[in-house]
Amino acid sequence: MGNILEISNVNQTFGGLHALSDINLQIEEGIIHAIIGPNGAGKSTLLNCCIGRLKPDTGSVMFNGHDMIGMQPHDINHAGMVRVFQTPEIFPELSLLENTIIPALAKRDGTFKFNPFATLSKEKDISDQAMSALADVGLDRFADQHAGSISRGDKRRLELAMGLIQEPALLLLDEPTAGMARHDTNRTIDLLKKIKERGMTKIIIEHDMHVVFSLADRISVLAQGRIIATGTPDEIKNNPKVKEAYLGEEAEDES
Amino acid sequence: MMKGLFKSNMAIMIVFTAVVLTAPIWLAPIGASYPDLLQKFAIFGVFAIGFNILFGLTGYLSFGHAAFLGIGSYTAVWSFKLLSMNVLPAIIFAVIVAGVFSLIIGFISLRRSGIYFSILTLAFAQMSYSLAYSVLTPITNGETGLQLTLKDPRVIDGMVGIPVTDSLPSTNFFGIAMSGYEGFYFCAVFLIIAFYVSLKIFRSPYGMKLRAIKSNQTRMKYTGFNTRPYLLSAFVISGMFAGLAGSLMAVTDPLAGAERMQWTASGEVVLMTILGGMGTLIGPLLGVGIIKYFENIFSALNDAALHEIYNFLPLGLENVMVAVSSPFVGDGWHLTLGALFMIVVIFLPGGIMEGFSKLSRVFGKSGHEATEDVVSESSSKTEGEK
Repeated sequence: MGNILEISNVNQTFGGLHALSDINLQIEEGIIHAIIGPNGAGKSTLLNCCIGRLKPDTGSVMFNGHDMIGMQPHDINHAGMVRVFQTPEIFPELSLLENTIIPALAKRDGTFKFNPFATLSKEKDISDQAMSALADVGLDRFADQHAGSISRGDKRRLELAMGLIQEPALLLLDEPTAGMARHDTNRTIDLLKKIKERGMTKIIIEHDMHVVFSLADRISVLAQGRIIATGTPDEIKNNPKVKEAYLGEEAEDES
Repeated sequence: MMKGLFKSNMAIMIVFTAVVLTAPIWLAPIGASYPDLLQKFAIFGVFAIGFNILFGLTGYLSFGHAAFLGIGSYTAVWSFKLLSMNVLPAIIFAVIVAGVFSLIIGFISLRRSGIYFSILTLAFAQMSYSLAYSVLTPITNGETGLQLTLKDPRVIDGMVGIPVTDSLPSTNFFGIAMSGYEGFYFCAVFLIIAFYVSLKIFRSPYGMKLRAIKSNQTRMKYTGFNTRPYLLSAFVISGMFAGLAGSLMAVTDPLAGAERMQWTASGEVVLMTILGGMGTLIGPLLGVGIIKYFENIFSALNDAALHEIYNFLPLGLENVMVAVSSPFVGDGWHLTLGALFMIVVIFLPGGIMEGFSKLSRVFGKSGHEATEDVVSESSSKTEGEK
């Protein structure tokens, strides 16, 4: 299969700090690709370059034939890239069902549709779709509750459902389990495993090695703004450079 | 059962229409059933309903909507002067012109959000006010205000052969004079139409997207929506409602003055919306009712009237009560309104409508559901925060 995302020669400096240096990364279509690295390694910067939030000093980010640099967020979405944020970005004042109806409408209506006289409650297919997306993440019984009132773990799963309903070509997950309790993390891992078969590509930025090694097909390791290794989970586990830079004691414990 | 009833637009519209059309009857006991005040209720009702589509749904607080009100009035009076005393062309032109102005002002102001948006709209409204007050005197007749004169051409009226009289003609709808109760019922029809439009918008996918923008605009953008045209269209719709209200003011009283565009007038509709309950269907109308009632009834009360009210008390107590109450009535009606506003904002941030849903929750589940549906159509923000 081809590459869905190609990051070539990306450099990004903030003042004198080299946040990213010479990043070259190809993401293959249909796999789960994890990007790991210690705090401050440049993971978030790289992600922001991918979604057009930051304009790198040099280099290009090509996604499915689109140049991502300088693209508007709503165009990025319609190009097929959806991001799930680290702090849940949901609509707290709307119900869970409405939260999932919105992205379903985005997929159907495009960036703008003026239909003030259509009746929402008659859009049966959209609400069915939204309901089954909620069911996928196990939140269907809360459908009528305000999204602001559910737990943090549930909010993150809700955001995942909002991403999945759009069936994007590429889903960017920014630390999908950060700040979650162990059993919550395991629920999310199971969920991500379950939706792995749907064939969408995913990039996961993660701290938690347990999550990364149980999900990823390929892993890239970022350290001090450089990619020091890319490979299968086994290759990464046994890579001496990675052990030195990042995994350290944890890898020794496991072997 | 109750829930199902209020789910249907038809049922809501029947109840609403009945309530509006019988207003002269049920407002009589509180002394608010004279045509002048009824007309004000209906006209400001249209204004507030439109304002609520922008402020209540998207959360963008415009402090300049009185500009569109004034533009509507000026346009309508010009239509009376140049074309015809028939109110129909006046209203149509007023809505169109207000729409064009709101498109321009909205396009520029919506480049910013939050407080900066409010300041931009305020600046535009104050500019419009100064223009109308001095610079554009040939069009607006400055501080005197734009009025009808005997020399006005009234081209269409001349063509259809309406005789020129010695006195100023009155506004009419194909011969029906727009004063008194006729004027009220004419405005009431527009209030009912405006309410229906707002009801449709609240229950449309478009309306839900506007609420989602208020809730989290960043998420909206990354969900694939270009939020600018959504905001701009809501701004223009509310501007056109304001223009309609302005033209109705001119219909019931054919003159237009610059003070109609002042920031205090813009502030008034903000107060009405917040007092009643922003983002709810009926809240803004309640706000209009309360503020206009205070402005017209409380301001007219004097000590003699107070003595009459407290008549049933022993004389000494009566005098005490009158002394305590008098600062709050007559010229002091702003004091009462201010106190009421503070109480509502502190204890019921969702406005009076939140008070109603709290009350109905106390009185049992079924009542709660029913009110929840009609009343807080848009889920009240405060509830989410708790």
